Amino acid sequence: MSTVVDKNPARRASSLQQARLPGWAPYALVVVSLGLGAGVGAALGMGNPFQMGLLAALIFIVASYALGVVVEGGRQAKNRLATSLVWVCFLLAVVPLLSLIWETIDRGRTVLDGYFLAHSMEGVQTILPGGGAYHAIIGTLEQVGLAALIAVPIGLLTAIYLVEYGRGRLAKSVTFFVDVMTGIPSIVAGLFILSFWIIILGFSYSGFAGAMALAILMMPIVVRSTEEMLKLVPDELREASLALGVPKWRTILKVVLPTAIGGITTGVMLAVARIAGESAPIVLLVFGAAGINNNPFEGAQSSLPYYIYEQWQLGNEASFNRAWAAALVLIAFVMILNLVARGIARWKAPKSGR
Amino acid sequence: MKLQRKNRLRAIAAGALAVSGALVLTACGSDDNSSGGGGSDSKAASNIKCDGKGQLLASGSSAQKNAMDLWIKTYGAACKDTKLNYKATGSGAGIQEFLQGKTAFAGSDSALKPEEVKSSESVCKGGKAIDLPMVGGPIAVGFNVPGVDKLTLNAEVLGKIFNSEIKKWDDPAIKALNKDAKLPSLKIQAFHRSDESGTTDNFTKYLKAAAPKAWPHEPGKAWEGKGGQSADGSSGVSSQVKQVSGSISYFELSYATANSIKTVDLNTGASAPVQATVENASKAISEAKIKGTGSDLALDLAYDTKADGAYPITLVTYEIACDKGNKASTLPATKSFLTYVASEDGQASLKELGYAPLPTEIANKVRESVKSLS
Amino acid sequence: MKTDIEPTSSAAGSPSKVRTRSTGRAGDKIFLGLSRGSGIALLVIMAAIAAFLTYRAAIAISKDEANFLTYFEWNTGSSPMRFGIAVLAYGTIVSSIIAMLIAVPIAVGIALFISHYAPRRLATPVAYVIDLLAAVPSIVYGLWGALFLVPHLTGLYTWFDDYLGWTGILSYQGGAARSLFTVGILLAIMILPIVTSVSREVFRQVPKMHEEAALALGATRWEVIRMAVLPFGRSGIISASMLGLGRALGETMAVATVLSPNFLIETSLLDPGGGTFAQNIASRFKEAGNDGRDALIASGLVLFVITLLVNGAARMIIARRKEYSGTAA
Repeated sequence: MSTVVDKNPARRASSLQQARLPGWAPYALVVVSLGLGAGVGAALGMGNPFQMGLLAALIFIVASYALGVVVEGGRQAKNRLATSLVWVCFLLAVVPLLSLIWETIDRGRTVLDGYFLAHSMEGVQTILPGGGAYHAIIGTLEQVGLAALIAVPIGLLTAIYLVEYGRGRLAKSVTFFVDVMTGIPSIVAGLFILSFWIIILGFSYSGFAGAMALAILMMPIVVRSTEEMLKLVPDELREASLALGVPKWRTILKVVLPTAIGGITTGVMLAVARIAGESAPIVLLVFGAAGINNNPFEGAQSSLPYYIYEQWQLGNEASFNRAWAAALVLIAFVMILNLVARGIARWKAPKSGR
Repeated sequence: MKLQRKNRLRAIAAGALAVSGALVLTACGSDDNSSGGGGSDSKAASNIKCDGKGQLLASGSSAQKNAMDLWIKTYGAACKDTKLNYKATGSGAGIQEFLQGKTAFAGSDSALKPEEVKSSESVCKGGKAIDLPMVGGPIAVGFNVPGVDKLTLNAEVLGKIFNSEIKKWDDPAIKALNKDAKLPSLKIQAFHRSDESGTTDNFTKYLKAAAPKAWPHEPGKAWEGKGGQSADGSSGVSSQVKQVSGSISYFELSYATANSIKTVDLNTGASAPVQATVENASKAISEAKIKGTGSDLALDLAYDTKADGAYPITLVTYEIACDKGNKASTLPATKSFLTYVASEDGQASLKELGYAPLPTEIANKVRESVKSLS
Repeated sequence: MKTDIEPTSSAAGSPSKVRTRSTGRAGDKIFLGLSRGSGIALLVIMAAIAAFLTYRAAIAISKDEANFLTYFEWNTGSSPMRFGIAVLAYGTIVSSIIAMLIAVPIAVGIALFISHYAPRRLATPVAYVIDLLAAVPSIVYGLWGALFLVPHLTGLYTWFDDYLGWTGILSYQGGAARSLFTVGILLAIMILPIVTSVSREVFRQVPKMHEEAALALGATRWEVIRMAVLPFGRSGIISASMLGLGRALGETMAVATVLSPNFLIETSLLDPGGGTFAQNIASRFKEAGNDGRDALIASGLVLFVITLLVNGAARMIIARRKEYSGTAA
């Protein structure tokens, strides 16, 4: 990182290097600008710590650039400016994300306890505290499970088709439409199932209807990730197996899939995590219920995203608290799936022959 | 090979774990919330005649959501075999879902329109949908103005506020009605419902009836007024009023009570401004006439009443069901539930929630109608 | 890892010769049938969605008394229906553009932070956390947006109004900050992770030689980025942004919780009002009659087509870049 080009060797006579700010300067500047930001912000009557933070960031950027120009010269100053901008970007992004997590945890834990997890909303007056999200958890698990049952086989087989067999126009159009499908807004998938399954075919609202919409959203994700993983399987393995006279389908089942199974599992779990938080189609399709309904094929169900939306809509403190608690449960569920998936990915990373 | 077998075993184990985990999970939850929540239960439960089994779906008016919660709680405590699901989607949505045959009955803040009755014939085999008034209540005009605890308005000013003609809280027209109040120079944030709603319908009917000049729009479930902000559902607008300073909106009194929002007193032309209370609303509702025919009991409310102590912005929420041709699977439970709701016990429990029980005369007719459902 | 595409395409070729010999085996036939069948099933589903939406939309539009594309109201309750998507198109596009304007620079910044600035010890966990945040469900963003973000934005908006109110675009009349701008901010936060992770991936693929060459010439870190990293990653950034845009356009619940919907186009972005395609569908579907549903499906079709175009463009750019970097590497 040291500067070799030296346009101005005369500034510090004894050194080949240009004058530089000492290493502690940025840190000191951070402290100073934070102080200034808070001070000026308070003076201007900004009650909001976030605005003060913005102000401090602005002061920091300007000050470090100015200092750079004065001490180090234009090019270095620009470099410093870019560095501080990048850091500010990072902080700017982290603030709302941390706030989201913090807020959810902080407000969610007030009602989140064993009772909340093990009870439904049956017979609870929504303006009063009490009740729980058990029915919603069951609903989510069943709907997501059903969606996975539909989407994973189709997705897996499609990916196998694309990688192992697919050439020609069919494969090309499948590839294209998988891409198209990843872009379907979730509400459109919900609209489709609602109009098709419920309005035209006349079935009633059920967890299964929601699961079908989720399956539509899940398929392309599964296809994409499985495809990537199957492509990673070295051809030598396939060729070796085929050379031994093993039929192709057995080669795929016994050699290709087991080699890629770690990555495929990861992909499936990430897809599950993704659809578990889908709310738009669920709101249209499962009707929502206050009590426990273990049968996803008949009768109304709830689900965690639906529950959060419903409780938010009720608009009083008690239900806001329930909404936050359910949000916390949902986030925890999704995060655990993610972490486990990534763990599997690391543990079973394809040991390619190279 | 050995490695693979181990993998398969592991996979099977994981699968088994997941399945058994799910099974265990489905067994450990509970619908019994009688220990939590508190409130009034167990009384009156003994009078309920249970009938029917399984799940009963209903949806509609968010105005009666709080009443429904209580009824379902009491009813559910007595009848363990029936599970009632009432979704507060708004009257418009409730009627739609009912007309599509998705629900056993609908809750609505306005009586059915003739074309809706017509299209109900496809759902009600051999019959049609009827309106059964179940509970009345005042529509409170809630406000959130810092430093103002008591506010009196009349229909004309209300109309102008919700039509964005009066824009500041210290407008002379408001000042004239509130000589003592310290009105700030704050912009008025008038919230209306973004969804179609019977509450909007009743509120605009009132405005149209009592101040036709200030409110030039046709009353209806969808908001026709100019400008203003919107939110979804009574709960949505009431929580906005709670949060936003300078706001005003209309919702059932129960939402105001639940969120401790201050409500406007109405200057109706009676000797003193009328407060939005259950009693005052009952007084106005008792002036209503039944306009429905046969077992249909749609009411004609007197929005422009000037009687002392009668609060004119009221709504009566109906349950809508088929007079004949209800689905055999839901009929017994529907009937049993509605019988309880219309009974004296069912009606009496409502007062504390900010609803007005039906006048006795109307309630008797409702009981008869419910009995005749088939 | 990076050169995998090449060998697999040859792989798909070589075993297929074996396949012709093994056609006699029943297992192979069944398996091929199954996998081809699922491929076809996928196509059928897509076709069904497109066909069905188009069909219902055509019915609705034929009943529409007003111009579907330019009418400013949404009246589907009355018997001659008059509805148009002008307000929805405006709201959707404006909120997404705001989201892009906020999210893309910041996301590129974070991506650079992870790939070039942060100390190793920090970079890995940050990248990890950003990826995890992509998994936060949209309804949770919606809840946070409605209960935390909206109340905290009034101060900022008043400040905007004080200094920039004269523009008309950023004037603010007070009240709940449930406006298109708020939606834009929330969407920006929501698409940040995906834009970041795609751009980061691209930055990581910048040939080390280019960077080292630039450094050897005495360039500062910023100059390296400007001369070697950004030009290489430009198309990657564009496609990442378009993927993010695709998400923003179709986002439903987070918008529905945060926006105060109405069918007006406000000059000020900070004042409540407006609507988006997805939000409008979610809030109106439940109470729409059969005709009203068809009308909403028609608007859903428009959204569908828009997202298809955006996503298609993003994919094309990615595909072209792949070829380009493939030959360059």
